[in-house]
Amino acid sequence: MIIYGVGLLAICTLFGALVGDVLGLAIGVKANVGGVGFAMLLLLLLTEKLKRSGRFVPQSEQGIVFWTAMYIPVVVAMAAQQNVLGAVKGGPMAILAGVLATVVCFALIPVIDRIGLARRTLARAALDHPTGDGAA
Amino acid sequence: MSPVLDLLLNLLVKNGLLTAFALVGATMWLSYQLSAKLTRGRLHGSALAIMLGLLAAYVAGVSTGGKNGVVDVKLLGGVGLLGGAMLRDFAIVSTAYGATLSDMRKCGVSGVVSLLLGVVLSFVVGAGVALAFGYTDAVSVATIGAGAVTYIVGPVTGAAIGASSELIALSIAAGLVKSVLVMVGAPLFARSIGLDNPRTAMVFGGMMGTTSGVCGALAAIDPRLVPYGAMTSTFYTGLGCLMGPSVLFFATKALLG
Repeated sequence: MIIYGVGLLAICTLFGALVGDVLGLAIGVKANVGGVGFAMLLLLLLTEKLKRSGRFVPQSEQGIVFWTAMYIPVVVAMAAQQNVLGAVKGGPMAILAGVLATVVCFALIPVIDRIGLARRTLARAALDHPTGDGAA
Repeated sequence: MSPVLDLLLNLLVKNGLLTAFALVGATMWLSYQLSAKLTRGRLHGSALAIMLGLLAAYVAGVSTGGKNGVVDVKLLGGVGLLGGAMLRDFAIVSTAYGATLSDMRKCGVSGVVSLLLGVVLSFVVGAGVALAFGYTDAVSVATIGAGAVTYIVGPVTGAAIGASSELIALSIAAGLVKSVLVMVGAPLFARSIGLDNPRTAMVFGGMMGTTSGVCGALAAIDPRLVPYGAMTSTFYTGLGCLMGPSVLFFATKALLG
């Protein structure tokens, strides 16, 4: 049933929020610390486990997939209730922060790509030409 | 006011959430039409819809003088529920379902490195810009830094550490600039960074993170690459939401004293 998916999603979200609240309390911050992130990890682990044991059927899945599809509309509604007027007064900063973050990360993509490749190529080379000491 | 119009307005106010569904639905439809016809899909419909949302919030702010965007307009109160913290977190958590742990493992070292580096680097650059513009308190700097991660991580972090609505709007704006820039710019520079294979697409998703930006860009470069970029970028928002209000905020706080 679809409600199983929705229910599971709600349990994960609530549990994540609880973990975040408790963590915030433990560290002494009046805030929810990473609740959404914990909920996401929990949902990933639980659905993976349930799927493996065959207890998570496509119908239940629809209860989660529906909300995934609602994510952009919810963000649109969220955007529509922000204090944009206030943000515009600080205009250039938001634009500069966005532009610089994009450019710096984009420029580093070939570097990160090469790190992985080098490791893989090295591993393959070691397999192709095994050396005497066997130290990898 | 005619009695029928009065009746209609009352109905829309009373069924606020349904009004919001209808309104956001219409906005999405309009955005996708505009995206297809004016930009030939180059600028993703979802990014356009978010821009329209921010524009509506601006117009509402100017006309009502309030701080809650369109929610200050009585007729649009339901938008506050649809885009409020509860449904926002609910929908964000659901996106984790798009990824699987086994797929993540296949992504390998470079995928994990790109995720961590992408989040931390974006945050540091955003925080640096905030400092350069004269912000000195940890909450402001961290919120703007988190906004440079994505327009989801910004508000999630900001809400968690108690940032003002202005700051959250700023962080969304920074994330939106990133999303739009990735969407528009990445196809133009795809060749120069070798973005033409699944592997690089995964690194691209991990470094840029913004799911709508990554998916929009990959759709324009080569539609077959979309799932690879989407997979890493799905983890990006989760990682950002996890690190933003915790590790990254504490590091900022420690550095700023």
